[in-house]
Amino acid sequence: MDLVQAAGTNPVFDWHAFAPEIVLVGTILAVLLADLVGPGRNSWQASRLASVGVLGALVPVLTLGNDGVDRVLFDGAYVVDNYALALKGFFLVATYLTILMSVDHIGEGDYYQSEYYFLLLTSVLGMTVMASARDLISIFVALETISIPTYVLAGFRKHDRKSNEASIKYYVIGALSSAIMLYGMSFVYGVTGTTMLKGINAGLAGVASDELALVAVGVFLTLVGFAFKVSAFPFHWWAPDTYEGAPTPVTAFLSVASKAGGFVALLSILYFGFDQQADTKWWLVVWIFAAMSMTWGNLGALKQTNIVRMLAYSSVAQGGFILVPLAAYGIAIDHDLSASVRDTAWQSVVVYLLTYGVMNLGAFAVVIAVARRTRSGEIDSYSGLFQHSPALAVIMSLFLASLAGIPPVAGWFAKFTMFRAAIDAGGGWGVTLAVIAGVNSVIAAFYYLNVVRMMWFRPAPEGAEPVRMPAALSTSIAFCVTGVVAVGVYPQLFGKIADLVTTGG
Amino acid sequence: MNFNSWALTAVVFLPLVGLAVVLLIPKEDENAIKQVTLLTTLATLAASLYVLFHWVSNKFYEADKLAAFVDEHGRTPFEVNKSWIEVINSNYHIEVDGLGLPMMVLSAFVTVLCVIYSWNHFPEPHNPKAFLALVLLLEVGMNGTFVAQDLILFFIFFEIVLLPMYFMIGVWGGPNREYASIKFFLFTLFGSAFMLLGFLALFFKGGRTFDIQELMASPEIANMPRSTQLLIFGGLALGFAIKVPMFPFHTWLPDAHTEAPTVGSVLLAAILLKLGTYGFIKIALPILPEAFETYAPWIGGLAVIGIIYGALGCLAQKDMKRLIAFSSVAHMGYVMLGIASGTTVGINAAVFGMVAHGLITGMLFFLAGSVQHTFHTRELSRLGGLLIQAPKMGWILGFCAMASLGLPGLAGFWGEFPAILSAFNPRPGLSVELFRFYMVVAAVGTVLAAGYLLWMLQKVAFGTPKDEFKDAHIHDVSRAEWIAWLPLLLLIVALGVYPNLLFKLTDSSVTALFGG
Repeated sequence: MDLVQAAGTNPVFDWHAFAPEIVLVGTILAVLLADLVGPGRNSWQASRLASVGVLGALVPVLTLGNDGVDRVLFDGAYVVDNYALALKGFFLVATYLTILMSVDHIGEGDYYQSEYYFLLLTSVLGMTVMASARDLISIFVALETISIPTYVLAGFRKHDRKSNEASIKYYVIGALSSAIMLYGMSFVYGVTGTTMLKGINAGLAGVASDELALVAVGVFLTLVGFAFKVSAFPFHWWAPDTYEGAPTPVTAFLSVASKAGGFVALLSILYFGFDQQADTKWWLVVWIFAAMSMTWGNLGALKQTNIVRMLAYSSVAQGGFILVPLAAYGIAIDHDLSASVRDTAWQSVVVYLLTYGVMNLGAFAVVIAVARRTRSGEIDSYSGLFQHSPALAVIMSLFLASLAGIPPVAGWFAKFTMFRAAIDAGGGWGVTLAVIAGVNSVIAAFYYLNVVRMMWFRPAPEGAEPVRMPAALSTSIAFCVTGVVAVGVYPQLFGKIADLVTTGG
Repeated sequence: MNFNSWALTAVVFLPLVGLAVVLLIPKEDENAIKQVTLLTTLATLAASLYVLFHWVSNKFYEADKLAAFVDEHGRTPFEVNKSWIEVINSNYHIEVDGLGLPMMVLSAFVTVLCVIYSWNHFPEPHNPKAFLALVLLLEVGMNGTFVAQDLILFFIFFEIVLLPMYFMIGVWGGPNREYASIKFFLFTLFGSAFMLLGFLALFFKGGRTFDIQELMASPEIANMPRSTQLLIFGGLALGFAIKVPMFPFHTWLPDAHTEAPTVGSVLLAAILLKLGTYGFIKIALPILPEAFETYAPWIGGLAVIGIIYGALGCLAQKDMKRLIAFSSVAHMGYVMLGIASGTTVGINAAVFGMVAHGLITGMLFFLAGSVQHTFHTRELSRLGGLLIQAPKMGWILGFCAMASLGLPGLAGFWGEFPAILSAFNPRPGLSVELFRFYMVVAAVGTVLAAGYLLWMLQKVAFGTPKDEFKDAHIHDVSRAEWIAWLPLLLLIVALGVYPNLLFKLTDSSVTALFGG
């Protein structure tokens, strides 16, 4: 697209298409203003405003979905289609759950409340934009809008050295990866002369063979940049430190929503932008990221004694699982397989992201609940949970079983679609990746069950009292557990969503 | 869905309803929890017996009789086929046939007995609510596996049993329970990951369906390259072989059995192991017959190694329960040998062997549990004189040992003898010499079986009580134990005297799948 032409036209502004973002922006301003004129610091109003705003933003998402028209804006740089809407919905729901988890945690700690919700909402604004972005520049801007508030959020426990470390590490790595990504994007722009993903796709298809190396470098650097964002091996090592240091609700948000934001960007770029460019064998890079993230993440998780660090490594491994269908997608393009193979892979990423979001948020919610009593994140502190808080132990077991991919809880279907994508792409590479994923599922089961073992098989410490559950936290746990069981028993719920988004353009 | 198809769904999901009710009852109200569980399992058993009697009285085991009852959708009376996960073309498709029906009834039956046996026998740390809830969840998985006609549905039920058994061993198990439970879990999960990959490969190469019956008829699979077939069969076989367990994947079994609480051991031996052998005859063999023929000599070889290894393992044991666990490895070897022969005789024998082993070994584990309960030890060197102190229990043990070693006239014989016989004349295409060699080895195994079982009987039941228990006040068989055991004992005799009770049920399905 050339800018001159874009400036020349005078597009009709589609308010409906932007309604979710407008509601969010309104809420962000309201949260800030309420703090100035409201009754004082530690009030509950910021969290209330934020939840109402996030739920309010869901309404236009639903009406847009019901409307069913694909809205293409700014000559295709910004698209509101089923794919975008499904992910916007996901981000908003994940944020709502994060807010529910935060209410008591942030309210009881010595935190600036409205700033916290302001930053959280700003980050989710970036995510909703990301879901629609189909242009390198909007993707980049959205990614930074997601990231910058989270750098601050990670350091929100101001007087805690670990939190300081978490923030600075995350910030430095984030800035570095952005720079690398931007550098890679500049190569892609240099070759194709456009920042629009569609244009890039067309431009790359006809690229001269002597420019292929340039394209390869550009694509490679872009992928590496994203590997940082989604904490894929070997760019994952910031994740455990940052996750451990940040306030736990923020960690939940980072490991689910923010990570998903990176995946969505990756998905959009690969699907809309590099679709023709399997000559560069970019899928091989993704293949290696996937295989290594799974293996390394799982091996790292095995020896953790702190549950948050364990979940951090687990999220690296889960990220590897999510990368499997992306690699399968690349293989499918490279081998000129039918479009249905690519759709399978695409569906699988979406299903995995949605499922991962629900189960991981649920697990973190339980971690927050347990830490309220034990003031500890050590896995040892879970011993005997089944005896004094049986319901919480059963629910946590469900989340962990889901993460391990054991039926009948939701995780199995995500794993299943992941395997399906790899087998469908087939060939030596596809099957090998599936086998690596299979072995990794077994390793992962070991450390997830280690927590289960603590909760069920070990005696409770003397005088342990039941975990007291605040209402907001209970609500978020109830939501996640319902989702995990419902989707596990009737996977068509997520399958249907994934089926719809394949038509995204 | 008509009444009959609801009946089958009820067999699978009634326990789930019971589970929900149990969860709502407060933990302290133990009697209500036990009663609800018993009622649920009885209702489930009633539903499964209804299916069985309907099946038998209408002679559905004869193919033409069944054909007369097929409705306008081509469905048999108990069949249900509803859309479940459309995106992957997987359906809620359940049906019974001669292979699944006996196992389903056995599963519903043994669960009832386990609940009765548990009545006053809850192992530490007690907590009947959690224990019975897990038994009910386990039953959903077991019953479901034997009726599932869709690979994904099968996979789900196959996996559902994992967590309850893991908890049962880990919470209520013996001293080494943590190790045993995770070992059980990881072994099975490892196998099922490869099984799932095999299912997916069948889906993509076999016409994009997960339906077992459609896959059996799929022309794509018949024309599949041989190497692909072998690869897929290998994945499936790994999953099933670990569950059986076949040598050399058996090492989880002695640990799990030894540490599990009595009811856990009984369910593990009676039903869970059969999920593996059932998978072979229901899925792997019918869908990939050619690949099976390549693997058959290896399966047969591992089966007879298992028979001998299990028997030798038994002779080296000091613990009664561990001995019975190793005998399971040997007995499942006979079942696998029958399957490896690939003939109708062998597979009929395999199904019979599955049921007989379920009854007999289940019973032996009950006895081991009661011995442990009375003497607080299972160490063979410390036991003795059971016939003097608790004569009834001693006689029952003797009876079960005879049944287990394959005495003609009792159920065990009909599992073992035809399996050995089938190896004399394996399916065309398999090496006759090799299988006859297997036959000889398996026959030697029966002698060893007599050796270790009589040795155990001698140690536990004969002689005089050891000094430490001389003055102990020993209870003989209690009322709950009688109620739980008598049906098993009667069935062992009934099937032994008139094996056609079961063969008649299985034969037509086996012939339809493997004949000719």
